Amino acid sequence: MFKSVLEGSAAAPDMMVMVNGVETPAWNGETVASILLRVPNVGRTSPVSGKPRLPYCQMGVCFDCLAVVDGIASTQGCLVAVRPGMRIDIQRGPREIAR
Amino acid sequence: MTYDVLIVGAGPAGMSAAVQLSRLGLAVVVVDEQPAPGGQIWRGVERNKSGPLSQALGEDYRKGLSLVETFRASPAEYMPETQVWHIEEGWSVFLTSGGRARRVCARVLLFATGAQERPVPFPGWTLPGVMTVGAAQILLKSGGMLPQGRVWIAGAGPLPLLYATQALDLRGQLSGYLDTSGRPGLAALQKLPGAWRDLAGLAKGAGWLRALRRKIEFVRDVKDLRAEGEGRLQHIEWSTQGRRRRVEADVLLVHQGVVPRIHETLALGCAHDWRADQGYFAPRLDRWGETSRPGLFVAGDAGGIGGWSAAMVSGEIVALAIAARLGKGGDVEELRRQARLDDRLAKALALRPLLDALYPPPRERLADETIVCRCEDVTAGTIRAATRTSVPDPNAVKAATRCGMGPCQGRQCGYTVQALLAEVHGVPAGSVAFFNIRPPLKPITLSEIASLEDMETAG
Repeated sequence: MFKSVLEGSAAAPDMMVMVNGVETPAWNGETVASILLRVPNVGRTSPVSGKPRLPYCQMGVCFDCLAVVDGIASTQGCLVAVRPGMRIDIQRGPREIAR
Repeated sequence: MTYDVLIVGAGPAGMSAAVQLSRLGLAVVVVDEQPAPGGQIWRGVERNKSGPLSQALGEDYRKGLSLVETFRASPAEYMPETQVWHIEEGWSVFLTSGGRARRVCARVLLFATGAQERPVPFPGWTLPGVMTVGAAQILLKSGGMLPQGRVWIAGAGPLPLLYATQALDLRGQLSGYLDTSGRPGLAALQKLPGAWRDLAGLAKGAGWLRALRRKIEFVRDVKDLRAEGEGRLQHIEWSTQGRRRRVEADVLLVHQGVVPRIHETLALGCAHDWRADQGYFAPRLDRWGETSRPGLFVAGDAGGIGGWSAAMVSGEIVALAIAARLGKGGDVEELRRQARLDDRLAKALALRPLLDALYPPPRERLADETIVCRCEDVTAGTIRAATRTSVPDPNAVKAATRCGMGPCQGRQCGYTVQALLAEVHGVPAGSVAFFNIRPPLKPITLSEIASLEDMETAG
């Protein structure tokens, strides 16, 4: 749905992150939310309707970018910069008590 | 330790206040949710100082770099990627960062938390592929990201015009622009004389509009927008001049202006006033930016929308007052005159009355099936039905429907619920209150709270 203008310049990715267990290229300055918009099937689902959602506001106020980041559920993806080796997993429905 | 001043927000207002206050020898800490200083307006300004984005993002964006550099060089302590989830009188501010919670104390508190885009629901706005223009611009600033496929912009105000201009400069693809603002009324024309004080600003906006109309399909007077698709956005539909149109779409970017971020001041019980022309609540401030609670100040857009240059001046004004409160002042009235702060503020706000009159908040009737609360999937119809049997109180609707009870805590649905209640009960919107806002202001884990106790026993 989105593509980086830097991607076309044949620049090597700055890092790799694990998205739903798959190694994925990422660039400095990106947030987890921007990964959710580039990689299919990692956006959260609504805990009520079960329908898919993707980041809406990118500024910390809509909570549609919630993801499991390095094991922590309900992390606001738009507020977290990517780091090498970061694990990003889909959050389906509501947060579980244990994480 | 106890700081003299804790500032929440490292945008134009927060940074300029921090620079001034630390210059006077006060111990200042700035807490910000983002990974780098600049706020939303100058997001990523340090990493974009060279490269393909710098030119396209424009002069006003590049102007942010000097304040960011001055702020970085100042003695003010800076805590990025840090969220405020609770505040207690005194002031104790509870933060989380990197999975750890901590408590920080300060003698004076300054909220420079800025604005958020006004959430305006319409059928299909929760579909993947629909997002705000501000969100798309943030993606551009932070990762150089441009939307792909058939991209439509719908809304009103200067931001969508600016974003469309930037995206086209970077050879982004835009299919069309749906202008929902309607014809400028008499009220807008009356504001023109005052706006001439910012001739450059006026000319800039007119230039964007002219260039856009040449380059992409520009549809005026758009009403009754709707997004459709299975699992993602596939079509959009709208009415213009009595005709209905439907096109294929992959991305729809929407925008209906911005409103102050008020959750923190609401949670602290500060007095707020209703601004009927722009349809938002703003904390009641004196001419020095102090709220109804002594020692608690607000600067920049969080106190009422004025834009980045007004925010910088208001940061300086508030810094004078805070310094005086902490015994580092002098004759603040004289300092305010010497620095021509009121004159600079008036100039920075010259275009605002015209913009407000040109782009009032939309007042279309919401279809019953429209989702209002994104977190709990509550529709306009459910909210209308719930309030028919109660007083016009959003908290009653919240208890009955769970609307506003999700993680966003009404940041997306608050004003829509207020408008629906006013509609059903036939009362002015401003007479209906906002949700009661309570801590935690952001989601926090039990282990984060537990890490706080470790800190406190460790002293």
